[in-house]
Amino acid sequence: MAHFSLLALAKNALSGHRDWGPTWRNAAPRKAYDIIIIGGGGHGLATAYYLAKVHGITNVAVVEKGWIGGGNAGRNTTIIRSNYGLEGNTSFYEWSMKLWEGLEQDLNYNTMVSQRGVLNLYHSDAQRDAFARRGNAMRLSGVDAELLDVAGVRELAPFLNFDHARFPVMGGLLQARGGTARHDAVVWGYARGASDRGVDVIQNCEVTGMLRGPDGSISGVETTRGTIQAKKVGMSVAGSSSRVAEMAGLQLPIESHVLQAFVTEALKPLIPGVITFGAGHFYISQSDKGGLVFGGDIDGYNSYASRGNLPVVEDVCEGGMAIMPLIGRVRLLRSWGGICDMTMDGSPIIDRTPISGFYLNAGWCYGGFKATPAAGWCFAHLLATDRPHETAKAYRLDRFATGHLIDEKGQGAQPNLH
Amino acid sequence: MSRLPTGGLIDRAKPLNFTFDGNVYRGFDGDTLASALIANDVKLIGRSFKYHRPRGVMTAGSEEPNALVTLGVGARAEPNTRATTVSLFEGLEAVSQNRWPSLALDVLAINQLASPIFVAGFYYKTFMWPAKFWEKLYEPLIRRAAGLGRASMLPDPDHYDRNHAFCELLIIGGGPAGLIAALLAGRAGLRVIIADEDRLLGGRLLSERHEIDGRPAAEWARMAAAELASMPNVTVLTRTTVFGVYDGREYGAVERVADHLPRATAGQPRQRLWKIVAKRALLASGAIERPLVFGGNDRPGVMTASAVSTYLNRFGVVAGRRAAVFTTSDSGWATAEDLIAAGVEVAAVVDSRTSRHAAAGRVQVAGAEVFLGAAIDDVRGRTARSVDVRMANGQSRRIAADLVAMAGGWNPSIGIGSNLGSRPVWSDTIHSFVLDSAPAGMTAIGAAAGRLSLSEALSSGATAAANVVADFGRSASPTAAPQCSDDPAAVTPLWHVATRKTKAFVDFQHDVTDDDITLAAREGFVSIEHLKRYTTLGMATDQGKTSQLNGHALLAEATGKTIAEAGTILSRPPYLPVAIGVFAGHHREAHFRPVRRTASHDWAVTQGASFVDAGQWKRAQWFARPGEQSWLETVNREVTTTRNGVGICDVSTLGKIDVHGADAAVLLDRLYVNMFSTLPIGKARYGLMLREDGLVMDDGTTTRFEEHRFFVTTTTANAGKIMQHIDYARQVLWPDLDVQATSVTEQWATYAVAGPLSRTLLQKMLPDLDLSNEGFPFMAVAEFRWNGMPARIFRLSFSGELAFEVSVPANLGDAFIRAAFDVGHDFDLVPYGTEALGVMRIEKGHPAGNELNGQTTAGDLGMARMLSKKKDFIGRVMAQRAGLVAADRPSLIGIKPIDRDARLRAGGHLLACDAASVAANDEGYVTSVAFSPTLGHSIGLALLKRGAARHGERIRVHDPVRGADIDIEVCDPVFVDPEGVRVRG
Amino acid sequence: MRIPCPYCGERDVQEFVYRGDASPVRPLGEDGFYEYVYLRRNSAGVMREHWYHAQGCRNWIEVQRNTQTHEILGSVFARRVAL
Repeated sequence: MAHFSLLALAKNALSGHRDWGPTWRNAAPRKAYDIIIIGGGGHGLATAYYLAKVHGITNVAVVEKGWIGGGNAGRNTTIIRSNYGLEGNTSFYEWSMKLWEGLEQDLNYNTMVSQRGVLNLYHSDAQRDAFARRGNAMRLSGVDAELLDVAGVRELAPFLNFDHARFPVMGGLLQARGGTARHDAVVWGYARGASDRGVDVIQNCEVTGMLRGPDGSISGVETTRGTIQAKKVGMSVAGSSSRVAEMAGLQLPIESHVLQAFVTEALKPLIPGVITFGAGHFYISQSDKGGLVFGGDIDGYNSYASRGNLPVVEDVCEGGMAIMPLIGRVRLLRSWGGICDMTMDGSPIIDRTPISGFYLNAGWCYGGFKATPAAGWCFAHLLATDRPHETAKAYRLDRFATGHLIDEKGQGAQPNLH
Repeated sequence: MSRLPTGGLIDRAKPLNFTFDGNVYRGFDGDTLASALIANDVKLIGRSFKYHRPRGVMTAGSEEPNALVTLGVGARAEPNTRATTVSLFEGLEAVSQNRWPSLALDVLAINQLASPIFVAGFYYKTFMWPAKFWEKLYEPLIRRAAGLGRASMLPDPDHYDRNHAFCELLIIGGGPAGLIAALLAGRAGLRVIIADEDRLLGGRLLSERHEIDGRPAAEWARMAAAELASMPNVTVLTRTTVFGVYDGREYGAVERVADHLPRATAGQPRQRLWKIVAKRALLASGAIERPLVFGGNDRPGVMTASAVSTYLNRFGVVAGRRAAVFTTSDSGWATAEDLIAAGVEVAAVVDSRTSRHAAAGRVQVAGAEVFLGAAIDDVRGRTARSVDVRMANGQSRRIAADLVAMAGGWNPSIGIGSNLGSRPVWSDTIHSFVLDSAPAGMTAIGAAAGRLSLSEALSSGATAAANVVADFGRSASPTAAPQCSDDPAAVTPLWHVATRKTKAFVDFQHDVTDDDITLAAREGFVSIEHLKRYTTLGMATDQGKTSQLNGHALLAEATGKTIAEAGTILSRPPYLPVAIGVFAGHHREAHFRPVRRTASHDWAVTQGASFVDAGQWKRAQWFARPGEQSWLETVNREVTTTRNGVGICDVSTLGKIDVHGADAAVLLDRLYVNMFSTLPIGKARYGLMLREDGLVMDDGTTTRFEEHRFFVTTTTANAGKIMQHIDYARQVLWPDLDVQATSVTEQWATYAVAGPLSRTLLQKMLPDLDLSNEGFPFMAVAEFRWNGMPARIFRLSFSGELAFEVSVPANLGDAFIRAAFDVGHDFDLVPYGTEALGVMRIEKGHPAGNELNGQTTAGDLGMARMLSKKKDFIGRVMAQRAGLVAADRPSLIGIKPIDRDARLRAGGHLLACDAASVAANDEGYVTSVAFSPTLGHSIGLALLKRGAARHGERIRVHDPVRGADIDIEVCDPVFVDPEGVRVRG
Repeated sequence: MRIPCPYCGERDVQEFVYRGDASPVRPLGEDGFYEYVYLRRNSAGVMREHWYHAQGCRNWIEVQRNTQTHEILGSVFARRVAL
């Protein structure tokens, strides 16, 4: 595979760019693999990449029902951060952040990881204390965190509404290493890296059923492109986890919910990093192209429709106009919806299942993008070794039965409140 | 001047002055900014996104990719505004964007030189070394170069409105099909809303030289609009874009109320969001003409043929002196004839088809050369000066022309139709996508349905309207279908001119060329989704209206598929970009959410209260007195005075729920972990509620007034949630129970009267009641009348003092508190706020919001003993899970700083004094802190692993986000009067 | 989205609070609570769901809704179903 660099670009410019090849091999399914990963999103492709790179397992297929990166990997708001407060989350997300920090060089693909900071605003004493608790937990885990007062926020984001607010800004929790990455590039970069190491990336291949061995274990998948056997099958199909798990006879503590997101027309740079409103549902950043990328809460009802409704659009824009009324004349250009795997405590699952040969990477709620590298790393570790990775050991499937919950928001078993 | 001496729908009697980049120009009422700029020979209007190429006006509608300006100045500046849709008004100010230092001389136009490197996706392949340079150098450069206009950075000074509407028939678009449909449905008496983005109804009828029923088409449209305006059952919304359809047949539309005025009149919103629920809808949004893909097709002077005709016929302007028409469809010939009729020289008509069009003879007579089976390879000149025509014999001819009209066929505007997932299908007739099945209730008509000729548009509109009228059981009045001149619209598509020598643009704004599409396909981005994401095709502010199909056709060609196989992208709202302010309406800044005030709010204001937000409520936080230096001094005084005398606090915001019925006690037993069926009449009891997953949900006191009449209170934060929970329990879980519940939070004003003198004070106020310890012991309640109205008194205490809560009807709240202070003067009564309330509850170790955070169990809070073993209750079983009863769970403790002068802060984590500051040693965290004036030092509540067993231990609070560690002593969470003597006094 | 409330008629979704799958039944004894609390249906297709008309009549209702199309097939009082 061609190495990417400015020099290579310049060389190819001379030949009218006629010599570039496919970014990844568009493979056809073979009869059998060591490992099949269902789902060609960021998580699935990252899993394949690390299986090949870290564990040397290359007889791997990633099967994708449509085109790679067409699901949540391409429908998120590209934010990366590791500002979690609970044991079980902090070290995992920090591992993910560490992987982000070296991703471009590792993949030789510019995923545009941009650490311009993630600032969560607080608007009450109680919220400040909760942020302090979280920030301190981050610091204890070696994660950067700063608790800002209102003057500190003003310095970073002087354009916010400080003076005519219903819920005035009192300060913020800043993770300076947080930021954004180019979501599509992450998908393509992992696909290229995995494909280069021998992984088959198989598009337009929808899994329609599971193959069972004589002992009841999963021994492969039925697909729209034929039967494929495998020693192990892992799924990374956020949004469709319940449907795919059901093929294996497994019911998950997950609900599918639609989360809308929005982008405006392109503007010259105005927002430094990611800013989250703390008294409503609104967060915003600005893409390298100049569009303001923003979103808020999930619509709140189960959905597989990849689209939402007006009330949430209004709610999100109200939040925006509460905290940042300069965007009133900025036009919303596009909206889209992603289907989130909402779990019952708001935290993900990376685990073996009661069914032998069947592995689960699911339940990423609305936060799967930032987890992409570590989810891939840890899921690869689990698939390769049958043991959970140290940073992901809390993400057990049985924690709901045992009560070892990881509930950052304290909302309980009501997925649409997480 | 490029203004024709006569013609057009402009009012030449009303000249208007405006500026573009500081230069003063003149146009007329009825002009758009684009037509007025063309009239003033302004050709260069903007710069493209990537290569900063000079760009002019390409279209005459909302699909415009090039002519984007920043409209207005200061806080009203509106970037990226299409000059083609801006109504001209006196004093309009517009400036060009994405250029520096000036539009004519733009430094970043140097990007064009690097364009061999700056191909699609080039940035994925470079800028990786050295790693640190991305954020520091490359990205800032890219960000600065990207973007188009600049936001004002000032709060939007205008305001926005919302309107809800319901109708039987919504007609989206007021062109010929929409107009005829609206007339028929309106005459039949249906409730109709017709919306069009233009200032006038008529659509193409305003731009083309047709006749309907013997009248000029524009005149027919004017009469139709007048008739619609006269019908009381028809609402006409002009300047209104229907931008999307949502579930339940709900349509979103934005009305530009005041954008065309120099200044909105007082009280007038700038724009209005319409949420229209329509039983039926007709999608009459017309069609958009496709540009052709040939060299230099982006040069100022190159326009779609329909735009050239629109500027001629509607605005009386022409964008050049000598025109060339490049067409693949019949409609290009109409433009050639429009030009000739207007007296503009037509140098050439270049038709890629070989058959001779009926108009060919006429245009030749007028002096134009006709080239059949030919194409324009390239446009020469920074703005168009000449075109290179590749003739059928393969030879090339250069022909001088400063206006190039391109007619590539038509794409129905079906965007809204696929909002809900209907997949467009390819039509071999019109060589574009049409709706196969529209969303429920919606039908496409006219050009939006691929009925491109005028007669087809009118007949499809009439037929669809008749069907809708019949479906509603009405009869359509018999009206003869209008007679009209017709215009064949046959097209043989030419997706790009392969023999071009210079760059040929597919997506004009984003500078995506035909070569970029081929490159993307070569690199494996062969799905339309990948193509879009890799090249950014269709992602500019025009949302691909002019580029999408051409791009998909080129991808199909590059991958050897048909366009139908390549497919197309489902459109999502909004159809046109919509200002964020519109969606927010009035819910912004200080009006983001409503303010709830308690009954005695105004009284508290007079007492100098500072308020704090508790959800939507405003609660008095403290009442500062003159001379007090800090809030802490004030709060200390309020606490001390209350603990030593008497204080009064407004606690009206607590949730209050009446629970009545024969089974009320049974329901409460199931809702709370502790028993309420055993509660005596006339008594209150503290209760703890779990979620079904076993974690603490809420707490509060419940009173039994009668055998079957209970009164529940909740925390302020959870009032709504608990009401919902109780309704769920009685309606869904146990519908067989005879019990009703209703929220009475807003019916009662409630005041806590606390302190050793509280009894004396209240006894004086309420002499008819026996408030003695014997007559009215701790947790007693009584109903009485105050000022002739029902009132209640509870002997409850949150402060730990002898205390009462008095409730009066909310409308008497203000009178009650004033009455209390009339009496209270003798007792040095003080009002106290939430801060003092909080200090006293922490001194007493009562858990509140910071402890009831959804992550704690009853055991964590030291209330495991409350869990009844004699009955079932919500959360009982799940609370027993191993993870929730583990011995090392954090439990509630009190903390005191070893150094009594140290100030504790909530949110600090708890670690052993000598343990390393790492997560593995984390043992809990501080939930609440206060300065206790009673003890004279800072105190706190915390959750510490095995905390209940560790009283007396010395550990530290680690708070790196705020400051140095503080050594503390673990103690019982009850700091004041642990035996509870005072409350019973 | 418009939710048909059996008491108030068709109303905007904004007036309602969503709870989700209406099929789990609260167990009577000690067993089955994990399934009751955590394993709810997540069908791609028609579901029976609990909605609360919080800003209306305060009835819990059971709505039949298709999660793939958001089409609503009908609604009844949840109390009726439970009884």
